[in-house]
Amino acid sequence: MRISTFFYTLGQGFKNLVRNGWYTLASIATITASLFLFGLFYSVLANFENALQEASKGISVSVFFREGTSEEEMLALKAELERRPEVNEIVYLSAEEAWSNFKEQYLGEYSAGFGTDNPLEDSASLNIYLKDVSQQPTLVAYAESVTIVRQVNRSESVASTFTALGRMLSVISMGIIVLLIAVSVFLISNTVAVGISVRSEEIGIMKYIGATDFFVRAPFVIEGIIIGLIGSLLPAVITFFLYRYAVSYLSTHFSMLNIMSFLPVEAFFGRLLLIMVGVGVGIGFLGSIVTVRRHLRV
Amino acid sequence: MAEKSRTRQKRARSRITPDEVITLDNVTKSYSIGAPALNGISLHIKRGEFVFIVGDSGSGKSTLIKLLLRELEPTSGSINVLGFNLNRIRHRQIPKFRRKLGIVFQDFRLLKDRNVYENIAFAQRVVQAPTAKIRTNVQAMLSLVGLAPKYKNKVTQLSGGEQQRVALARALINKPEILLAVEPTGNLDPGNAWEIMKLMEQINERGTTVIIVTHNREIVNSMRKRVITMNQGVVVEDVEEGVYDNED
Repeated sequence: MRISTFFYTLGQGFKNLVRNGWYTLASIATITASLFLFGLFYSVLANFENALQEASKGISVSVFFREGTSEEEMLALKAELERRPEVNEIVYLSAEEAWSNFKEQYLGEYSAGFGTDNPLEDSASLNIYLKDVSQQPTLVAYAESVTIVRQVNRSESVASTFTALGRMLSVISMGIIVLLIAVSVFLISNTVAVGISVRSEEIGIMKYIGATDFFVRAPFVIEGIIIGLIGSLLPAVITFFLYRYAVSYLSTHFSMLNIMSFLPVEAFFGRLLLIMVGVGVGIGFLGSIVTVRRHLRV
Repeated sequence: MAEKSRTRQKRARSRITPDEVITLDNVTKSYSIGAPALNGISLHIKRGEFVFIVGDSGSGKSTLIKLLLRELEPTSGSINVLGFNLNRIRHRQIPKFRRKLGIVFQDFRLLKDRNVYENIAFAQRVVQAPTAKIRTNVQAMLSLVGLAPKYKNKVTQLSGGEQQRVALARALINKPEILLAVEPTGNLDPGNAWEIMKLMEQINERGTTVIIVTHNREIVNSMRKRVITMNQGVVVEDVEEGVYDNED
């Protein structure tokens, strides 16, 4: 292809946008609207996911040891478990620390009666925090198989609730994404179809003159890509500023509702922008290719 | 089987003399309902000829043109245009084939949102000519059809005759071997019609084969060119220096 042809085709794509100004605006608006909705869902979900992750980090599995297990053996197991991929962090709590914590928490001044005895002599433990609570059963099964381990305590119901919640969130977000993509593809293909019917005469002339299929189709595809690009950048910018404003508003006006901390917009915006532009350009490209193939029997 | 069809094709090709640009051999075209639009037509047109195709509506002229442009495929019979076997031409080859034809329609079919220059340049864009060449070619065509001063005008601001001249310039700019005009004077007053016909004659004198489908008796009868008369899907008359006398 000649460079001049490339620029001509590109130029035609842009001119088509202007020539069908209203349809262009309508489809950019609809894609903007659906991607904006997607952006809102995405930011809310990102916050939920973050909160879930933060909360699940606090869920630990406690491993207690058989009588007579030496501290070296315990620390060796700690080192071994730390190498496992699902493990985030392990805190070793010696018997002495366990006792002093207990005294502080429940006994206060009455602890003096115990003298120097440590009733929790065999209560040294490893508190294991996981990266992902859904991995808990695997770790528990392993820990229980180790000979020096007497008992593994875990809160199975909490872990499974968190796992279920996380799964539900990803199913919901996938569903929403698929729905929005379907709607946008439908809209873009409608716009391109209208564009094709508006320019059917021009297309007919092109065919009589001897235009190749590519030459006839390319401007429509370029048109779709540009619509997708604008339709994704616009809602990305809106989401960025709206989110920032909403977070600052909520944290100043509802500071007593400090149940969850909001993610800063920078934490997820990069990924959101990538997804939006990818989805926008993708549906612009796909929508126009499909429509051009269906309506442009050249 | 393949062997046989190849020899048959060779024989068919041998019947085409080298200066023949259009050869139809026993061509029939039927649509799904009704009588066939074309019924066993054979036609030979040589390079450099000036031919009128006349006939009432329903005589099969439009079907014939569509077959020549490879918009339709024949039901049976063979069509060869400029060395392209239109029975066997591949989809990808069709643009290459059409670039050798220039086409003019009754309703001009110009791009209404663009000016004269852009309408003519459009044909060159389609064949991917370089921009600098487009400029000189368009200027040459504009002076041929006498529209050089109006190159910046929107085509909607032009008279019918001027619009048809733009269409003619667009059809000719890619230097076609055949100019095919479908009712080119149908929307024009007699004065403009004659101007267009004179241009067509000029173009023919430069060596381009010109085929005109028309209803205009006056023009056909006074130009004394070859006239092919069609009626109900067959050629009823094919006369050098003929007339359109099929009064109804």
